[in-house]
Amino acid sequence: MSNLEQLVIALPAYRDAAEKVREMFLANLALIGEIPAPTFGERSRAEMVAERFAAAGLQACVVDRLGNASALLPGIEGSSTLLLAAHADTLPAEDNKPDIEIHQDRVVGPFVGDNALALAALATLPVLLEQLNIRLKSNVVLLAASRSLGRGNLDGLRHFLAESSTPFQSALCLENFQLGRLNYAAMGMLRGEMTCRLPANYDWAQFGSTGTIIPMGDIISRISRIPVPQRPLTTIIMGTVQGGISPGNVARETTLGFEVRSESAAILNQVREQLEDIAKDVTAQSGKQVDMDIYARREPGTLDIGHPLVRQGRAILGGLGLTPAFYPTTSMMSALLDLAVPALTLGLTTGERRNELEEIEEAAAIAPLSAGLAQLVAMVQAMDEGSGSS
Amino acid sequence: MTGWWTPRRTRADAEVVSANINRWLSQLTYHHSQFIDLRGLVAAKERQGLKISLCLPALNEEKTIGKEVVMFRSELMQRIPLLDEIAVIDSGSTDQTREVAAAFGADVYLARDILPEQGENKGKGENLWKAIYQLKGDIIVYIDTDISNIRPHFVYGLVGPLLQSEETLYVKAFYDRPLRTSTGVSATGGGRVTEILVRPLFSLYFPELAALIQPLSGEYAARRTALEQIPFPVGYGVETAHLLDIHQRWGLNALAQTDLGLRIHRNQPTAALGRMSFGILQTFCARLEKYGWIRSQAEFQNILRQFQNHDGVYEQIETLIREVERPPMISLPAYQQKFNRKP
Repeated sequence: MSNLEQLVIALPAYRDAAEKVREMFLANLALIGEIPAPTFGERSRAEMVAERFAAAGLQACVVDRLGNASALLPGIEGSSTLLLAAHADTLPAEDNKPDIEIHQDRVVGPFVGDNALALAALATLPVLLEQLNIRLKSNVVLLAASRSLGRGNLDGLRHFLAESSTPFQSALCLENFQLGRLNYAAMGMLRGEMTCRLPANYDWAQFGSTGTIIPMGDIISRISRIPVPQRPLTTIIMGTVQGGISPGNVARETTLGFEVRSESAAILNQVREQLEDIAKDVTAQSGKQVDMDIYARREPGTLDIGHPLVRQGRAILGGLGLTPAFYPTTSMMSALLDLAVPALTLGLTTGERRNELEEIEEAAAIAPLSAGLAQLVAMVQAMDEGSGSS
Repeated sequence: MTGWWTPRRTRADAEVVSANINRWLSQLTYHHSQFIDLRGLVAAKERQGLKISLCLPALNEEKTIGKEVVMFRSELMQRIPLLDEIAVIDSGSTDQTREVAAAFGADVYLARDILPEQGENKGKGENLWKAIYQLKGDIIVYIDTDISNIRPHFVYGLVGPLLQSEETLYVKAFYDRPLRTSTGVSATGGGRVTEILVRPLFSLYFPELAALIQPLSGEYAARRTALEQIPFPVGYGVETAHLLDIHQRWGLNALAQTDLGLRIHRNQPTAALGRMSFGILQTFCARLEKYGWIRSQAEFQNILRQFQNHDGVYEQIETLIREVERPPMISLPAYQQKFNRKP
């Protein structure tokens, strides 16, 4: 019987063991997730993650200069090193005392799913491995990465990888939602803002002044007409618009936030040029100043679907009765694939997000977490057997 | 009103009280971080042969009870065996409180099912009193169940002083409550009922007790040997009665208090604070009578009258608040038999 077959047979026992650490997992979730961690302000949460790593018996629990929390689970041999990572930061929120409610069947709270549950999984995994009496040959580094979202641009993970003296044989990126995802391809991504401002010499006395909202409407219209291919998959998301102070005042400044995603680096570059052309053209036609700022970029990358890591992920999810969902992701695995570290992104449970204007309330189901944790244990064992090699 | 009198105190008395308070504050006021060595606490518990029970009195707290049970069970039972028992004593919740607590491993009891021959009263104090019979611990920790930022130190910060000193019988929680003023100065204090009613009353009659920063906080830990000896008001007055009776019987040094940091919970409307104050006053007056400080409270009323304006008409709202008291648990034969205790 192959190692993979043995792992699949062990999955029910892993689920049972995960049930037994449920309270520990949920306590970790509340302790970590109730500390606000907007991008660039993750340090307090990182310190709590490091404390939970230490409580789980890990070694070298530290928070680095950029706010990454990391720890080491030493292997028996230690000849290779695996990386398990989850982003620690969240979008900014109004509430600086987030409250996570633990109900009988679900947990509810701001950013529970993105990504506090994944951090709780990292902090609970060592206890679960110990209860299952699993000793890994490889060293495992657990990382709660700072500065991932928005302008963070994966800086925390990139910094950690650059500073690390040890090459990683393979890596897993954890996201809470949705259990069953098996991302082996990273979408390329450009994230930025287009800002339209009134020029310094603007004539405020002129009746019928349009301000910056109308030119921004033109910009949005033009962007929506940029042709994007279905293959390679490409999409343009215009996610935010901000501008003006009241209905009766001319808006001095309007900003559009957008994200371009593509499986092709060439198409990303092409769309970027088109966006720059739109900015220049609207500047010339409207007399307003339009500037574009691309503040985050990720390169596309992928493993082969036949890569051992992907095969084992499929077998493990199948063993749990789950149909793997393959789709390219914009998660942090992009930074790992950039460095040729084989990586997958996995989900832990099912859930939903309710997005209010100033707050993101998320609900995550508790019952599927045992399968999510069992999947994690089995994947780490598979990686320990050397599936990182291509 | 007749029968009230204030004992005459001299300047020298006041100086003695101040000195006692200062000594108590310096010796028996703690911060939870002083007890962070949980393995040391467990060793002290085992050395002294003690069991520790956590009581969570509840009524319709389905949103917060899950996190409390999960937090204490994970951190203070599974990781570190400081607690021997976690029990929810429920007043008859109509939401999912009991189901949620049981799902995460708490022992769940309906208050009316405990000592059924003693009948049933409504109020948190009833649950606390019945917990003495139902729970096994030599130390019982009481934690309210409406706290949204619950942390393990809420328990170990209260248990620590009891494991540290056998003379300490009862440990009360207090919290950071910064009060902002127009000058930007902040100070630590109690809630509105504490600062407007209880601390002035303590200062008037039992000035040493004024040193308790938050005498009405719902979190405290105590030795069974003390809890079984004191009566329990079933309503608003239970916390005040505990402090008065323990102070009266064993003195200030039987009490300690611990700073538990920040506590986030629901805010009570002013009318509810009025009802609470009325109940506390009844308990306080009953104690003054019991200690012989006033002659009789027979003439006191137990209907609180509050008023609200409806379209220019003032409507009187009458609320009957009668502070029923349960006797010391040690006086019940069923308790004596179960715990092999003698009154």
